[in-house]
Formats: sequence, C-alpha cells, structure tokens
Amino acid sequence: MNKIYKIMFWVSILLAASAVIVVLVFGLRLGVDFKGGSVLELEFNPSAGGGRPEIEAIQKHLSEFKDLSLTPSGANGLIIRTGELSEQDHQIILNKFKTAFPSSGLEERKFDSVGPLIGNELRNKSVTAIILVLLGVIIYIAIVFRKLSGVLPGWAMGLAAIVALVHDIVIPTGAFALLGHFYGIEISAVFVAAALTILGYSVSDTVVVFDRVRENILRGGNREAFGAVVHKSIMQTLTRSLNTTFTTLLSLIAIYLFGGESIKYFALAMIMGIFLGAYSSIFVASPLLVWWNKRYGVDG
Amino acid sequence: MRSKIRYVLINFVKVNYLLIGIIVGSLLLFVFVYPQGVSKWVPVPNVPFRLGLDLLGGTHLVYQADLSKSENKNDAMQGVRDVIERRVNFFGVAEPLIQISGQDRLIVELAGISDVGQAIKLIGETPFLEFKETKADTQAILEAQQKGQRLNEDPLQSTGLNGRHLKRAAVAFDQQTYQPQVSLELTDEGAKLFAEITKKNLGKIVAIYLDGVPISTPVVQSEIKDGNAVITGKFTPIESKLLATRLNSGALPVPISLVSQQTIGASLGAESLAKSLKAGIYGLILVALFMILFYRLPGVVSVIALGVYVLIVLSIYKFIPVTLTLAGIAGFILSLGMAVDANVLIFARMREELKAGKSIRASMHEGFSRAWLSVRDSHVTTLIGAFVLYTFTTSIVKGFALTLGIGVLTSLFTATVVTRTILNLISGPKMENKKRLF
Repeated sequence: MNKIYKIMFWVSILLAASAVIVVLVFGLRLGVDFKGGSVLELEFNPSAGGGRPEIEAIQKHLSEFKDLSLTPSGANGLIIRTGELSEQDHQIILNKFKTAFPSSGLEERKFDSVGPLIGNELRNKSVTAIILVLLGVIIYIAIVFRKLSGVLPGWAMGLAAIVALVHDIVIPTGAFALLGHFYGIEISAVFVAAALTILGYSVSDTVVVFDRVRENILRGGNREAFGAVVHKSIMQTLTRSLNTTFTTLLSLIAIYLFGGESIKYFALAMIMGIFLGAYSSIFVASPLLVWWNKRYGVDG
Repeated sequence: MRSKIRYVLINFVKVNYLLIGIIVGSLLLFVFVYPQGVSKWVPVPNVPFRLGLDLLGGTHLVYQADLSKSENKNDAMQGVRDVIERRVNFFGVAEPLIQISGQDRLIVELAGISDVGQAIKLIGETPFLEFKETKADTQAILEAQQKGQRLNEDPLQSTGLNGRHLKRAAVAFDQQTYQPQVSLELTDEGAKLFAEITKKNLGKIVAIYLDGVPISTPVVQSEIKDGNAVITGKFTPIESKLLATRLNSGALPVPISLVSQQTIGASLGAESLAKSLKAGIYGLILVALFMILFYRLPGVVSVIALGVYVLIVLSIYKFIPVTLTLAGIAGFILSLGMAVDANVLIFARMREELKAGKSIRASMHEGFSRAWLSVRDSHVTTLIGAFVLYTFTTSIVKGFALTLGIGVLTSLFTATVVTRTILNLISGPKMENKKRLF
C-alpha cells in the first residue's frame, strides 16, 4: 500500500483522538430537549417604537426568577434560558415584558419547555437508535460480503466500515464540543438526526469501495496482492465518491446558507459528516482491510 | 408519407410503453402537485401539502397522566384523550392532533393558533371529577389527623366512578334554600355504578372531589338508581355555571400534567417555510448544473430523472399525506443530492466501459448492470438509518426520517428505470459517433 494511506490514517487517528479529548475536556453542550429546561425566544420590533430593551433593564424586571440567562440574538432578538418553566411562569414573564416595555413591539417567536424526564427519555432513545443502526449495518455488510471469506475473515469488512463510521461521528462531535464551548451552539435532537444520517451515508460510501474490491477479487482471482487490489478499487471509485459527495454537499450548502437559523447547524454537522464519510472510506476503512488481510487473511 | 409516420408511431408505441408511461405519469403527477398551473383549463381539486407546526406556527404539548390509581390504564388514557379532544374542538383549531403516546402520555398538537397560553389554560384547567367513599378505617384516620398524625393518608377511597361516567352537567337551584347547585347526569354505566355505591354506602358519606379537593360531602339518604347526582356547596351562580360548563366539556378520568411544550410563533414558521423553499430550489439548481456540466448528455437525462423524482416525491407527500416539517424539508433537499448518487455510480461505470472502447449501447448496458450492486447496497444502508430514525425518535426527527426514506426509495426507481428508458431512446446507432456527448 502506498505511503499516503499510512500518513492519512494516522492523521485520522490524531483528529479522532483530539475530538475525544475535546469532548472529555469541554463536554457537550446539550440543548433543552436533552437536558430539560426552557428556552424562550423573543423578537422586538424597533419600528413599533422601542426595540430591544437593555439587558439590565430586563433583568431588573425579571429579578424574581432565579437563574435566568439572557442572550441577545441578532439585531432585535433575545433568548431567555431557564430551568423548566411552568406555563404559569411563562405567561408571567411575557406579561412583565408587555407591561414594562409596552412599545417594544414584542413578539414571541418560540418557546420550548421540556421536563427532565422527557429529556432523559430522548437521550436514551437517541443512544438506542445509534446502537441499532450500527448493528443493522454490521449485519447487512456481513451478509452482503460473505463471499469474500476466503480472502478476509467474515467480520473484517463490517468492522472496518464501523471503525470508519465511528471516525465520521466522533470528529463532528468534537467539532460541536468546540462550537458549544466557544460559541454556545447546542446539540439538539436534530443533531442526532444528522449523526444517524451520517452513519447511513458513511457506510454506503464505504460499501461502494468494498463492492469494487469484491468485484475485482472475484473476477481477478488472487493474482494481485491484496493491497494493490484495494488501491485499484479506490482509484476506480474515486470519481464517483467525489461526485456524490459533491452533489450532496451542494444540497447541504444550500440548506446551510438559505435554510434559516434552526437547521443551519444540522446542515453543518452533515457537511462535516458527509465529507468525512467519503474520506474515511478511502483512508480509514480501506487501509484497515489491507492490514487485517496481512494478519488474518488466507493469501497472506 | 402518412403511412410511414404511422408505422414509426406504432413502432415507437410498441417499444416504448415504459417511456409513454413515464411521460403520462409525470404529466398527471405535475397536475396533482401543481394544480394552480392548469386550473385555467382543467378544474383539478387542489390537495394541499400538510405543513408541520414549525412551519405553520403552533404548539406541541406533551401531557403526563397519573395512572397510579386507575385499574384499567388503557380505558383511562382513552378517556383522557376523548375529553381533551372535545376540549380542543371546543376551542376551534383546524386539524388538531391528539394522540396517546406510550402508556401514559398524551400528545396534543395545535397548529396555526395565535394564543397558545389561552389554549393551554383551557386544556389544563379541565376539571378532574371523582367520587370517593369511606373505608374501614376512615374514622380512625380522621381522628388521628385531628391530632396531626397519619397526615399523608387519604381517609377516603376511590369508588371507580369519575368524570368518564358523566353524561351532562347543569346548573340547578336547591328547592328550599335557592342555593345554586350543579346537577350531574351519569351515563348508563355510571348510573349502574352509582346505584351500587349508594346502596353500599347507605347512611355514609360519598364525597365528590374536583381536582383532588372535596367540594361536596353528602350523606347517602337512599339508593339512587336513575343516575342523577347533585353537587351542593357554597357556589355563587356564576361559579356553578362555570363548573357546569367545565364539566360538560369534559371531566378527566385521571389527573394530567404538562411535561413538555414547544411553541413556534406564526411569523417564525412562515419565515422558516420561505427559507427552506429557497434552500430547496437552490439545492435543485446546483445539483442539476453540476450533473449537466460533468456528465453532459447523460447528465441532462439524469436531471430529467431528477425532475420526475421531485414530482413523485411531492405527490407522495400530498397523497399519504406526509406532514412537512423543517427537518422534513431538509431531508428532502438532502435526498436531492443522494437521488443523483445512483446515476453518478452508473455513469461513472459507463465512462469506464466507453474508455475501454465499447459502443455506447454496450457501455450503457454494462454500466447499469455492474453498478447495480453498489446502488443497491448504498441505498439499503441509508434506508436502515432512516428506518431506525423513524422508529425510535420523536416527531421532529421522524419527519426527517420519513422524507429521507421516501426519497431514497423513489430515487432507486427514477435513477434506474427512468434514466435507462430515456437513455435507451436517445442512444440509437446515430449516436455512436457522438461519444463526446457522453
């Protein structure tokens, strides 16, 4: 195998390891849908007169509520985060705004309130979903690639695909730990959707390369060294990988740029994941196959 | 001349059933998806897209029912559902969604509603009515409670008769004192139960609880068989009328509490809709441009297939109907990129064969048959993801999984059958010396 594979493989390991460290050090900033609590998004209309009041003034009027966090958003927006807020308190807060700042043109854009129980459930469900996808994929790959058992042990392709998968999920998660730490961007249920889609996509990309490996082996027999076969297969599928990644990235960039605030970071997670999905098929999953073939393979 | 045209036409029809099917089908789907486009000439019923809460504005509420004291949990939940449905209908919301989730949760979705606070109040304030009777140690508990002991014990026990058995409530006045009262008419089942309870408790107290508080504690004078009961208490006429109205619109069989709320303002919804449509159109244009620039003639064909894909998918959204949320539209846009994946796989294979010196027809054939395994495998893995997402997550993510799944399945059809049919049509012998186009 060419040297480039080895270098890139180590780059990947380094990236994944630093992602893990970042997550361990900074932790993940979970959204209210996971940890419970309330978020209230308000928008003020300057043409109605006042626009957004000063944060200090708001704080004074809401002093009876403990641990409120007020963050301005955009030119006229305000985001209020608290522990779980009852509907009654929610209405009290809104009324305080209306009476204290009558000409601010206040509009309630969004209010999310999630009990801790529901948050926990969603967390468990998300973890279950991810584990199930992983299992489903291993089983599918094991069935599809069973014919190669002469060259590689039956688990090899499935495991290589899974390692690539983990790599594709861990790195964006690390990136979001950084984004959460420095820019306050939260991980919400939509991020889990992105993660699961990345899972499916990353595997499908790896599968395309492995399909070619299988085809080349079944047609060409064992005349060539396994490493050379894998390299050939990668080169043969390279245009396709790049093009598919590119078209999918085009759609995602459209979502990122024009889709609005609430799905922007979903698109961002997907962009990272899709890119990594194509990359890892070549520089993570494939080198692993070659090394395992050397250790456990029949043709050495 | 005429007969020659006819001959060609007949031959064309014979060979291209599939193509004609695709063309006619696409036209029909177009009319279904965009009836405004033809309504001048043909009256077509307009089936609207169903938009989710985050695009319309509205609220998603999750209620938790306390079933610890009810024996038949399914019945109790069904009762809660029915009552809340009546409540919500009373409020006049278009197409509300009220469904039981799991064992003890109720999900209420109200779309396009302006005053969510008011709605929550109306749903939440619905009274919880219950009849309770004395038990063996009622006296003992009451005496102990006087001394400040056994305070956590309920001196009374549930009879099983509750708001579920209420048929009608009305304001009435006491014949002697002219005090306002609320008279209750019970359902047949309730009447039977009430007869048993009154018979069993003759001369004892049967208390009427509202929202966990006793509001009336009459002593049973005689067995009541006709299913009529009266709540007396110190009501003003207005209070008794309010209580009767609240009871009529439904008394809950078990207490509920609001555990989660997600509300989206109408203007934010409209903004999100406009933005996501814009993203969708740009996504479509970018993908189409790329395919044409990179794959030339087959690229154009794949863009036609992509057009058919969009028509089919949008028709499915209308037909099922799929509730389109922001995440759902994101799933659709994402699937545009993935929809051409199968074509990319096939065309890449075709080019290889062409380079190896095969004819266009032969390379096409090889391209399709060799790429098939990869196309199948990559679609199946994405489908596994979409399926798990759909089954194991909450409504926001479900929308995404559904549109993604529909997209992946549909693109399997359009990228193979549609592309192949059109390519077959244009790749006649005349094309062989125009390999540049491929």
